[in-house]
Amino acid sequence: MQDAIVILLLPALGSLIAAIFGKSIGRKATAYVTVGAMGAAFLWTLSVFWRLLQLPPAQRSFDPVYWQWIHAGALKLQFGLLIDPLSTTFFLIVTFVGFLIHLYSVGYMHDDDNFQRFFSYLNLFALAMLLLVSADNFVFLLVGWGGVGLASYLLIGFWHTRPSAVQAARKALVLNVAGDVGIMLAIFILVTTLGRLNYAGVFSHVSSLSAFQVELIAFLLYLGAAAKSAQFPLHVWLPDAMEGPTPVSALIHAATMVTAGVYLVARAYPIFHAAPVAAEWIAGIGAFTALFAATIAITQNDIKRVIAYSTVSQLGYMFLAVGIGAYAAGIFHLTMHAFFKALLFLAAGSVIHAVSGEQDMRKMGGLKKLLPITYWTMLIGAASNAGVPLFAGFFSKDEILGQALASGHFWLWLVGVVTAFFTALYIFRLIFLTFHGKYRGDGHPHESPKVMTIPLIVLAVGALFGGYLNVPGAWSVFDDWLAPVFARYPGGTIAAASAAPNWGAMALTAVLVLVGIYVAWLFFGRGEVRTELPEGVRGVHKVLYNKYYIDEIGHAALVWTTDHLGIALDLFDRIVMDGIVMGIAALVKAWGEALAPLQDGFLRRYGLAVLIGGVAIVAYLTLVQ
Amino acid sequence: MVPIGYYLVLSAVLFVIGGVGVLSRRNPLQMFMAVELMWNAVNLSFVAFARQYLDMAGHIFVFLVITVAAAEVAIGLAIIVMVFRKREHVDVDDLSLMKG
Amino acid sequence: MLSTVVFWIAAVLAVAGAIGVVTLRNPVHTALSLVLTMLSLGVLFLLLHAEFLAVVEVLVYAGAVMVLFLFVVTLLMAGVKPPREEHHLRLAYQTLIAGLFGLILFVLVLHSLVGAGWVGTLAGPQGGSFGTIASFGTALFTRYLLPFELTAVVLLVAVIGVVVLGREQE
Repeated sequence: MQDAIVILLLPALGSLIAAIFGKSIGRKATAYVTVGAMGAAFLWTLSVFWRLLQLPPAQRSFDPVYWQWIHAGALKLQFGLLIDPLSTTFFLIVTFVGFLIHLYSVGYMHDDDNFQRFFSYLNLFALAMLLLVSADNFVFLLVGWGGVGLASYLLIGFWHTRPSAVQAARKALVLNVAGDVGIMLAIFILVTTLGRLNYAGVFSHVSSLSAFQVELIAFLLYLGAAAKSAQFPLHVWLPDAMEGPTPVSALIHAATMVTAGVYLVARAYPIFHAAPVAAEWIAGIGAFTALFAATIAITQNDIKRVIAYSTVSQLGYMFLAVGIGAYAAGIFHLTMHAFFKALLFLAAGSVIHAVSGEQDMRKMGGLKKLLPITYWTMLIGAASNAGVPLFAGFFSKDEILGQALASGHFWLWLVGVVTAFFTALYIFRLIFLTFHGKYRGDGHPHESPKVMTIPLIVLAVGALFGGYLNVPGAWSVFDDWLAPVFARYPGGTIAAASAAPNWGAMALTAVLVLVGIYVAWLFFGRGEVRTELPEGVRGVHKVLYNKYYIDEIGHAALVWTTDHLGIALDLFDRIVMDGIVMGIAALVKAWGEALAPLQDGFLRRYGLAVLIGGVAIVAYLTLVQ
Repeated sequence: MVPIGYYLVLSAVLFVIGGVGVLSRRNPLQMFMAVELMWNAVNLSFVAFARQYLDMAGHIFVFLVITVAAAEVAIGLAIIVMVFRKREHVDVDDLSLMKG
Repeated sequence: MLSTVVFWIAAVLAVAGAIGVVTLRNPVHTALSLVLTMLSLGVLFLLLHAEFLAVVEVLVYAGAVMVLFLFVVTLLMAGVKPPREEHHLRLAYQTLIAGLFGLILFVLVLHSLVGAGWVGTLAGPQGGSFGTIASFGTALFTRYLLPFELTAVVLLVAVIGVVVLGREQE
């Protein structure tokens, strides 16, 4: 498995070539190099995957070490990759979805002046993401973690002449770095308590930590995870991140990077298992985020924002899963989500592309006939996202809800079920507003080129059939594949996971989803925009439309606090610090001024001083000695 | 014969008078002459000690002192001439560059 | 006995000259007063059997050096106004303090001289060739040759320094 590093080196090389030689070799060659790098990385990942499958499940874990980085006292830090079913799953997602999105971008970014720069960033992102999921210690996890944050920043602000894009990029970076600090602090605590940072060393010594230490580490790690994965209240950057090009939204802000938090919790499950308080919080905030974002998504008019809030909501489901200990279910939903959410974004991009940059759904409508491929693939994605029975999202979401109920988290389950209803409502509102009724814009929509529709079709296949990896009551290929990862340390699986599926609960969810779709059809099915709202819901709509005023509250709280803290510190600085400094200076000055008259410039006075000193010395020598 | 101590006391008297002169005169030339007086007082001590111990080293030392004093006078007078050539008063108290 | 009389006369003249150096206003008088002291010292050197040094004292000091002084005095003091008086106020106690500390210094030296028994001690008899010009020359050109040669360097430096300082400033 030593060759797994090649998977990382391919996008690294692609990024460098695109960055350095991009302009000289031209657009076409750049596209071949970068897309080819992702394709090759995917093929290499398949080879690794195949070789892992040949081994008995218990032996599917490799830790090739490439070099020693730091060797300071007891602390040894090495660069190594952890190749096991979990990281291989992520490798498959990142390289496969990444490859499709790269391909799609060739068409989407065709006319952009900075084509080469875009692909250089995309490959850079792939490199950082692959490093994040394959590092075998916390430090290189953090390197990848920071790297994806950087790539995200660069890509959100890719159209850097737009002030709103720059603003959004900055917002994303600041919130992400706030999360990075959490992970960094967790690393510091691990170094001081355990003196080791590689996963194997940390996870096998979790029991030697005190309960408080484990909870603290878990919360700090979760801080990083919540910032990266847009958990309430750190979710505010993700909807704004839609300022970036749509393929970026699909790759980074739907399929891969935002799921890094879920990966971290799943990877560090021995820590979270030992920290039950943190784990409960993760699940609770996850469930709340899911419902919270889903309700906002109902009222948004920007097609990409709806999907962005949908992403936040789905991430909430994943955290709900990993919080209650259903790691495999969380990763399964993550994988399915990567398919259908990337699909939704790319389809939305195709729509935006078709109506020449318009993102407001009120100016769309009736695109069903004009964009048939986009319509049908997006419909599959929407159905999967909503959890319509037999689509991928149905199986994965239901596995989470089933395990929540089975493990005794009734209220979390209830929130999840209610969210499922809202999910169906908002995503089909999007479908009806965009594709049904009459066209309300004034452009000439046209279907996207093949390079864009082929990835849509491939992803649609995944969104349609991916769920059959885990069929309740029949088989669980995906969970079995991940099982050895979560069997290595205690706490990897919840006891209830093997319980028989709760058919009643499943039926309830399915019915609610169908009701949600029906409600959406009732209100938006004719493809008309309702301008007049019924009296009763106007207030609720306003709150939802303004996203619960989280931005405003955050702005007020943070800005006011920071402002006043700044004023207080400024006063402290002026009075106390400057007082000390100026006081010392004044003391020195006063002392100098007191002595200055001695330096009156008269040569003879100085001579007298010499005489007095000389007399003193002679007196000492003659009288004292 | 006079005890060597008398010479030494005389030397001390001359030295102290010279020192007070350096500090009380305002004319740099007169200050300088007072310095010469101090040199001479020291020379007297050297010669007296040489006589006491019958050692020629004291004489050699006086010889060196006279040589150095001659060089010092040449340089010192040159500096004084240079500094005071363009001034109305020849007064060391006018030199105030060292004022703190 | 004669030497004792000569000593006292020379000593009194030397101190008188020294007091003149410190008190006389006119720089020319000061210089002449210093010459008096030096001549007296020359006599005292002879009493101490420092024949060569007595000659050097008179020739170099009372002769060359003081001529140089007088030369500069006449060069510099011509047409110079008397010193202003305002500085006297600021350095009012300068002379007094200097005199006080000078007195203290003298007392201290006297105290240590008496304490060490120097004042009452007569010098031993003059031994052999001590103090002759021959013995001085032998010491200077044998044992003390290197310091002697170095004085040449000192004088050379002085000559160069004077030339540099004395140039007309542009």
